[in-house]
Amino acid sequence: MSQPAPLQATEAHARNAGLPLDLSLIEAMRVNTSASERRASQLPGRRAVKGDAQSAWLLKAVTCIDLTTLNGDDTEGRVRRLCAKAIQPVRPDILAALGMADKTITTGAICVYHRFVATAVDALKGTGIPVAAVSTGFPAGLSPHATKLKEIEASVKDGAEEIDIVITREHVLTGNWQALYDEMRDFRAACGDAHVKAILATGDLKTLRNVAKASMVCMMAGADFIKTSTGKESVNATLPVSLTMVRAIRDYEAMTGTRVGYKPAGGVSKAKDVLTYFTLMKEELGHAWLQPDLFRIGASSLLGDIERQLEHRVTGAYSAAHRHPIG
Amino acid sequence: MTVASFFDSMDYAPSKEDDKSARAWLASHDGSFGHFIGGGFTDPAKGFDTAEPATGARLATVTQGTAKDVDSAVAAARKAQKAWAALPGHERALKLYALARMIQRNARMLAVVEALDNGKPIRETRDIDIPLAARHFYHHAGWAQLQESQFPGMDPVGVIGQVIPWNFPFLMLAWKVAPALALGNTVILKPAENTPLTALLFAELAKQAGLPEGVLNIVTGDGETGALIAAHKDIDKVAFTGSTEVGRKIREATAGSGKSLTLELGGKSPFIVCEDADLDAAVEGVVDAIWFNQGQVCCAGSRLIVQEGVAEDFHARLTKRMKTLRIGTSLDKTIDMSAVIDAGQRDRIAGMVDAAVAAGATLIQSEADMPESGTFYPPTVLQNVPMTAAAATEEIFGPVAVSMTFRTPDEAIQLANHSRYGLAASIWSENVNLALDLAAKVQAGIIWVNCTNVMDAGVGFGGVKESGFGREGGREGCFDYLKPRAFAKAPLRKESAPAKSKGFAFESVDRTPKFYIGGKQARPDGGHARPVIGAKGEILGEVGEANRKDIRNAVEAAKGAASWGGKTQHNRAQILYYMAENLSIRAEEFAERIRAQTGVKADKARAEVTASVARLFSYGAWADKVEGTVHMPPMRGLALAVPEAIGIAGVICPPEAPLLGLISATAPLIATGNRVIAVASEPHPLSALDFYQVLETSDLPAGVLNIVTGDAASLASELAKHNGVDTLWAFGSEALSKTVETLSTGNLKRVFTDYGRAWDWTAPEAEGEHFLRHATQVKNIWVPYGE
Repeated sequence: MSQPAPLQATEAHARNAGLPLDLSLIEAMRVNTSASERRASQLPGRRAVKGDAQSAWLLKAVTCIDLTTLNGDDTEGRVRRLCAKAIQPVRPDILAALGMADKTITTGAICVYHRFVATAVDALKGTGIPVAAVSTGFPAGLSPHATKLKEIEASVKDGAEEIDIVITREHVLTGNWQALYDEMRDFRAACGDAHVKAILATGDLKTLRNVAKASMVCMMAGADFIKTSTGKESVNATLPVSLTMVRAIRDYEAMTGTRVGYKPAGGVSKAKDVLTYFTLMKEELGHAWLQPDLFRIGASSLLGDIERQLEHRVTGAYSAAHRHPIG
Repeated sequence: MTVASFFDSMDYAPSKEDDKSARAWLASHDGSFGHFIGGGFTDPAKGFDTAEPATGARLATVTQGTAKDVDSAVAAARKAQKAWAALPGHERALKLYALARMIQRNARMLAVVEALDNGKPIRETRDIDIPLAARHFYHHAGWAQLQESQFPGMDPVGVIGQVIPWNFPFLMLAWKVAPALALGNTVILKPAENTPLTALLFAELAKQAGLPEGVLNIVTGDGETGALIAAHKDIDKVAFTGSTEVGRKIREATAGSGKSLTLELGGKSPFIVCEDADLDAAVEGVVDAIWFNQGQVCCAGSRLIVQEGVAEDFHARLTKRMKTLRIGTSLDKTIDMSAVIDAGQRDRIAGMVDAAVAAGATLIQSEADMPESGTFYPPTVLQNVPMTAAAATEEIFGPVAVSMTFRTPDEAIQLANHSRYGLAASIWSENVNLALDLAAKVQAGIIWVNCTNVMDAGVGFGGVKESGFGREGGREGCFDYLKPRAFAKAPLRKESAPAKSKGFAFESVDRTPKFYIGGKQARPDGGHARPVIGAKGEILGEVGEANRKDIRNAVEAAKGAASWGGKTQHNRAQILYYMAENLSIRAEEFAERIRAQTGVKADKARAEVTASVARLFSYGAWADKVEGTVHMPPMRGLALAVPEAIGIAGVICPPEAPLLGLISATAPLIATGNRVIAVASEPHPLSALDFYQVLETSDLPAGVLNIVTGDAASLASELAKHNGVDTLWAFGSEALSKTVETLSTGNLKRVFTDYGRAWDWTAPEAEGEHFLRHATQVKNIWVPYGE
């Protein structure tokens, strides 16, 4: 198995070795929904990011995007086109105008189904951009457990450096934390050196209390990242859900010293939204979580909006989608 | 800074709100203002500057209101009041609606002027103060529309003097002006001297909105101007928000004048964190509780009371949270806190914190960068503060919380209630049983469960104990700007010369009525008696002459009967019915006693007994129908408005109607769970003393109703001064009302008096909801929900 290419700023980010499952800790987790909503709603009003800082934050957001295509009609051609966009997500003239010509701006990763892992690895050869594969019977996660492990191994074998697994929601909805822990443990082991992101499908879990407990169990079982959604649930990433998950990350770091990454997915489609997400990470977790090794955004249309905002910043004129290369 | 450097640092950049239109407005007045009286601005005269706390820069000069200015404003308001009140509710509703719209259209300018003048962050004025002010006008436009149907038999109070503080200049204006105007009153409002500008801007907007001349008058000035307004002879009511100290002075200044008064004063509100709370949510709650508006909030959660098992974890989280707070100038959109109001306030805060630290407190303080000019004080938490330090018990009115721990819910209540104040409380627990139990037991006007500092125009705001009285907002707040029509025209009592005695009347056995204290007959402490002189001048008997020790004993007995408030309403109703039943059995005897004392004809005496039985029945009926309201503020949740007993009540019974007066003045208090010390009718005390025999057979628990006799004025003084008495009802002479109002300031007890007007106790309006409202105070419990 090949060594995974280094993610950016790796020094801060050790793999998560996990912990034995501590059920008493899980049972003691409390989340007050109304208070979480209030904090989330206040956040954008407490922090404004304008001007050069805004352009910088948007470019940083580009580096944190897992540029994603997860559709039944995906083809090799479609995936190669997306990879080209990942390598050069922002027009060079815009970067130059922002004084960022000498910075390497690529997306954080490309995210595809297993079938296209090899294609993407080939398309991204030499760029350092990792390929992430959704796995374990994505999106519902109801394939046989052994099949899921085989799927992970196959993607790792094809060169995926990151595996986005989906949890069995039933384990959360029935409070079977041991089963969730065991499943996640096995996924983590199957990933080998590839980083594992645990997709909680928070839209299915419904309550913030479930989200908090599932986050903690997955981290105890060794998840390197926790991720909100597949993008296929009716509700994807929201700020209150994100607040709940990042607070779980904070608690886990306080317990273990290990930093687990966070990935909101689905529902982050506007440049303005991503500024709020950055604010959330910065306020609740700190500076370390503003980099792609600890923060990713699963998105397909966000990049287009960021490109338009950046062009507006440079030219003063509102932009249009067709003025930027298609992804 | 460049894009590239921000890319590496991922720092925030200062982001400043545009203040062009606010500055242009100030310039349009050449930076100097007169008063707004009778629909126009007076010429600027001798006055003082108002400055930006965040920079120290002068903003404008305003005029110091003189006695002449106040006279002229009061005259304008008086002139406008009748016509304003005579408008159909719908017409007034349209005007209030127009004011709400006007606030919304000018929301950003109001927000900027407010932030500049007060020094608070633009986020707060933009997202909270101004929208909430607009909401108050919308809400009260509704009460104007509904006034005729919802408040029958009530009239506006008249001309209202309103004095407001500097911490929420515009929001407090809205809280005061909206209900006053909606219900047909006219207003003289004095904004705080530090923050007069949004009131002046509002006056200009109100004029544009077509508010009739004289309905709203703004007089600027310092405390002296405020005192002139409070003491003005032609003002019918004073509404004050500010310090408890000034509130006391206003109570004294208005005593006996017949002016209605509401006071919204200080607080030292508990913030209780139970071990089953969402600790991160509670930490964020602290940010909203004590660092909102730099902690310059009367209802700020300034006493953190944390369960021991989670205290270490909670404080670790809180300390970490404090590191990300940002402080800057008020127009910076990337801050959590800005400047306190002025250097004096900053020094006062610093002094209290330093003294607490010197006394052994542990200091946790934010190290955030602060602008160099301006009056800034960092977010601060004091742990392990000795309870003897001022910071532990006194209102700091700054960004400083003190923190202590508790072991059991009982102890949390004990700590929370061990305060002269009772404005608000915040309770953090994920257990609804525990949270609501604490909510019921904390003495405060506002309880926030798992939230803090949330307010709405539809939910009454106001305190208990020394945090003042009266409510602002909601139906409960409307009553503070209305008066019952029925009592307004009652005649003043005539001074009656003391009856001359012609010696003892014959009685078969010489009965010696005693006092009734703690369910037992008690002899007077001083061993003195006074004769009771009948209608024909004969001495009907002698009764005890109570002194201050008898009052003390009666208050102690009442204190011992605290469980009365916890009895079920059904139980209280049963006892009142039983009292009525036992009284009716002895109707003839009571009628004869009334006749002998007062000289009324037999049928009238019998009618008084019949009315007394009926009144006891009425309050028995009411006892299990005193209900609260469920407010629906704009959130997912409820605000439960619960009428609660005030506590221990003193009652000076009216001189007339010796039995019916006693029943009318004590039964509403008893029905709602208060305990009473009644001073019997001074000239005709025997009926009250006969009545204790009824009590002895009626299962009324000992100490719920205590009866003494003696000199009404001196006993009223003792009750008024007693800091264990929570409310005082006094019916008698004008002088009596002045005495009790003046002397009630020690613990700011709620006073209910007739100002010397002889109410007709037989009239239907002499019982019912008006009395029940005086016997209770509304506690609003905010319960957001959602999983």
